[in-house]
Amino acid sequence: MSIQQYIKNVFNAVKTLLKGMRVTGYYFFHPKEIITQQYPDNRATLKLADRFKGEVVMLHDENNEHACTGCTACELACPNGTIKIITQFDITPDGKKKKALNTFVYHLELCTMCNLCVEACPTGAITMAQNFEHSVYDRKQLTKILNKPGSKIRAGVE
Amino acid sequence: MLNTISFEAIKTAVQQWLNMHWGPHLAFIAECILIGLLVIVFFAVLGLLLVFMERKVSAVMQIRLGPNRVGPKGWLQTSADTLKLMLKEGLTPDGADKFLFNLAPFLIMIAAMLIMVPIAFARNFQIWDINIGVLYISSIASISVIAILMAGWSSNNKYALLGAMRSGAQIISYELSAGVAVITMVMLTQSLSIQDIILSQQNGWWIFKGHIPAIIAFIIFMIAATAETNRAPFDLAEAESELTAGFHTEYSGMKFALFFLAEYINVFIVCAVAAILFFGGWMPFHIGNWEGFNHIMDYIPSSIWFLGKTFCLIFLIMWFRWTFPRLRIDQLLNLEWKYLLPISLANLLLMTIIVVLKWYL
Repeated sequence: MSIQQYIKNVFNAVKTLLKGMRVTGYYFFHPKEIITQQYPDNRATLKLADRFKGEVVMLHDENNEHACTGCTACELACPNGTIKIITQFDITPDGKKKKALNTFVYHLELCTMCNLCVEACPTGAITMAQNFEHSVYDRKQLTKILNKPGSKIRAGVE
Repeated sequence: MLNTISFEAIKTAVQQWLNMHWGPHLAFIAECILIGLLVIVFFAVLGLLLVFMERKVSAVMQIRLGPNRVGPKGWLQTSADTLKLMLKEGLTPDGADKFLFNLAPFLIMIAAMLIMVPIAFARNFQIWDINIGVLYISSIASISVIAILMAGWSSNNKYALLGAMRSGAQIISYELSAGVAVITMVMLTQSLSIQDIILSQQNGWWIFKGHIPAIIAFIIFMIAATAETNRAPFDLAEAESELTAGFHTEYSGMKFALFFLAEYINVFIVCAVAAILFFGGWMPFHIGNWEGFNHIMDYIPSSIWFLGKTFCLIFLIMWFRWTFPRLRIDQLLNLEWKYLLPISLANLLLMTIIVVLKWYL
């Protein structure tokens, strides 16, 4: 190692260490940067990251209509059998049979929040909610039916 | 000079009262006991305070909140932790060397306590002004490595032994550059007594008066001090992710607490020594001939000056800990033998030239 290299090493070391200390020092003198949420205390004003995924929900509009065609793409995409879709055949006004959703069964206890079902859905019927207070006394309560009772498919969704 | 309620006044009053009521011998013994109690209380308070400070500092640096549940703003967190440690069982492993295992935590505390002796906390407030104060501190500081090796060896645990061996290699090598940095400063004062070193900084601290060599010596001393106290980035002796807890893996309860406390006491001591050598100990901040400014600075009690400087340096060491990643053992020894030691020796030579030519004020 040449003497220039040696001196260069020392200066580089000091420079990079100071750079690191600048980052932590900045955080120390700017306590507003703290990202900790004091959860049970601030339940009302809780701020979650956009990418946080809590559970799968089906979107319903004000007419109690959803966009699920019962195509089972989500069921096929799910890596651990969280989703089970029961379909039925509706008779359309012009007398044809059409496959439609009967029951969307969602096993929250099996779900890993991987988001694959949401990405697989061709009509954007399901999405990830940011709810995380899932604890219940009986795990049967974790098996949920996502389509609301009496809901039907929105007109025009194929 | 403001000395109505300074440490010096209290000390003199207690001394006079004792000598008035008891004979000189009895008074001396009473003073010794009083000092011992004071040091123990000081250690306990310091331990609680520094652990809390470390947790808060680390939390804010990592964008967290830190302890905030026990007591107002979490102030009682460390007291609650201490209470928990006291109630825990102090287990001794079956295969351990029982005598050495139980002796080691006390030895490390005794070493830490002995270093307190020559440190001046305020104007004329010092347990004993030894005329070789700095040498005394650096020699006693190396006793703690024996306690660490003892703890590691007697635990009969490979993690503990590895941690102790690393700690031994580390402390022994870093003592060199710390010692040379101290010698660099001693050259300026030409005295080893802490009192003389502080008094020589009456008209300016050595870090300002000593030109570049003093600054280099300060940086080297802080690096070596971090290594000697086994703190990150030099915490290979404990290395949580590799060795569970290093030399104190097998300790529990109050014996573990003593090791933990000793670490923080040592941090305080090295920072106090750095404050004395480079920042004038309890000496107020004076600028040349600015009489008004200097007078205002004199109104701040000397103990506040000393503790303020020390805590600033402790903060610096905590800042190191929560910024830098841990070094590998070969990197650690490379840093010492290839960089710090040659640089500090060259620095010593530079300082010698400055002292001989009387280039300092």
